[in-house]
Amino acid sequence: MSDKIRSEDVFGLARFYRFQWEEAQNGYVLLFPEGMVKLNGGAGEVVKRLDGAKTVGQIVDELKQAFPDALEIENDIYAMLELAHDKYWIERKTNA
Amino acid sequence: MTNTGSNAKPMPSADATVKLIPKPFWLLAEVTYRCPLHCAFCYNPTDYVEHTQNELSTEQWISVLREARKMGALQLGISGGEPLLRDDIEEIVAEAGRLGYYSNLITSGVGLTEKRLAEFKRGGLDHIQLSMHDITKEINNFITDTNTFDLKKKVAGMIKDYGYPMVLNVVIHRYNIEHLGEILEMADAIGADYVELANTQYYGWSLLNRSQLMPTREQLVKAEAVTNEFRARVGSRMKIYFVVPDYYADRPKKCMNGWGEVFMIVTADGTVLPCHSARSLPNMEFPNIRNGASLEWTWNESPAFTKYRGDDWMKEPCRSCPEKEKDLGGCRCQTFLLTGDAEGADPVCSLSPHHDIILQAIEDAKNPLLASQPILFRNDKNSKLIAEGALKELVAPFHSLP
Ligand code: SF4
Ligand code: SF4
Repeated sequence: MSDKIRSEDVFGLARFYRFQWEEAQNGYVLLFPEGMVKLNGGAGEVVKRLDGAKTVGQIVDELKQAFPDALEIENDIYAMLELAHDKYWIERKTNA
Repeated sequence: MTNTGSNAKPMPSADATVKLIPKPFWLLAEVTYRCPLHCAFCYNPTDYVEHTQNELSTEQWISVLREARKMGALQLGISGGEPLLRDDIEEIVAEAGRLGYYSNLITSGVGLTEKRLAEFKRGGLDHIQLSMHDITKEINNFITDTNTFDLKKKVAGMIKDYGYPMVLNVVIHRYNIEHLGEILEMADAIGADYVELANTQYYGWSLLNRSQLMPTREQLVKAEAVTNEFRARVGSRMKIYFVVPDYYADRPKKCMNGWGEVFMIVTADGTVLPCHSARSLPNMEFPNIRNGASLEWTWNESPAFTKYRGDDWMKEPCRSCPEKEKDLGGCRCQTFLLTGDAEGADPVCSLSPHHDIILQAIEDAKNPLLASQPILFRNDKNSKLIAEGALKELVAPFHSLP
């Protein structure tokens, strides 16, 4: 299932998943019919930007600007997207 | 559930041992015990008629939702009975939406109309779980293509039209397990996205009907094979969960994911429970919000919720068991109902000194004499009889009222 994430890919949340900031958890959570996942800070920042329009490349640029001190940020983002995709949290939206 | 932090264990801190109290992530609102169906495997208490006259009001439900949300509740299950028998589900759903719950309506579909669905959607209901009940009739109908199947199909279509995932729940027992192939075909035909094949758990009415409902091991093995074949065929189009019956496992399930760890159940009459069948436990008093109990106190401090939280209450063989964190000793209610000792190991566990009770129940299910006893269907008449203390012989094998 683990096919390569490319910079021109466009992702959105999987159908029926909800993403929200949760005060009691002090973090972002993903909610779905069978349960929920608490996302760590970095993962939350990535998923927040998956709007079904931006490409992975654009998101990487945005995050590099937002967090100029983070090293290896690009690799982390790809790894995170791969994990999220394997777990069906996110899905590819039709793109060119 | 993964990564929720809900499995927080007592954590030693630098100066003293501070116990982290888990949060009630999952609020289950059993809004009514009334139901138009009469399932033989119903997990509602057998004396449910005692709790149908004093249901919480809309305002009371709304304040339950608010209070639980403040405590960190995030998932909301609205179930029953048949929740759609109440005409205020729209209001409850809308409040849940405003509060940011991820909400789920668990229904047989009876009473679901286009108008109500539209209102649920507007209110922010996140998903609907449709239960298949009188499955034999429905399979027959499916095969012969007649009325009840058409009705289910219509309801399922409506749910999908409103952009909801089609989550189907089918309770499995001896009378339908041989039809699993057809059940899955039917699920596919109505466009199910998720199917939960839940083997009957023996509580409430299903415990009384256990000898009649329990499948044999051979049936079970076959059913799993059929499920796997089907999975391979449909691929990711339909996700299928097969919930194994604990009687055929040699370790118990981690009941409710731990007592007072994740789930908080508020029942139709306002009683707050850590588990659906907790009322069957002895010497326990469960707080009721109609008597002014706050959810905060109930969850964090009430004797009922703290009694079996964690593992301090355990005795042997669980206390020194290397696997105790995995199952927390199994289900307290099942253990008491079957063995008379609420603090023992769940008899499903092969290490329990009472494991023979489970083996005997499996044998009984093969005994043609017991298996052919009439089924006691869940209905008001039978529930009244049980509440009045009639039908003693049925209840006698258990240490309290299932
Ligand atoms: S199991 Fe059947 S009888 Fe019991 S509440 Fe559900 S639909 Fe009603
Ligand atoms: S002895 Fe108790 S803790 Fe150990 S596996 Fe059995 S039920 Fe679980």
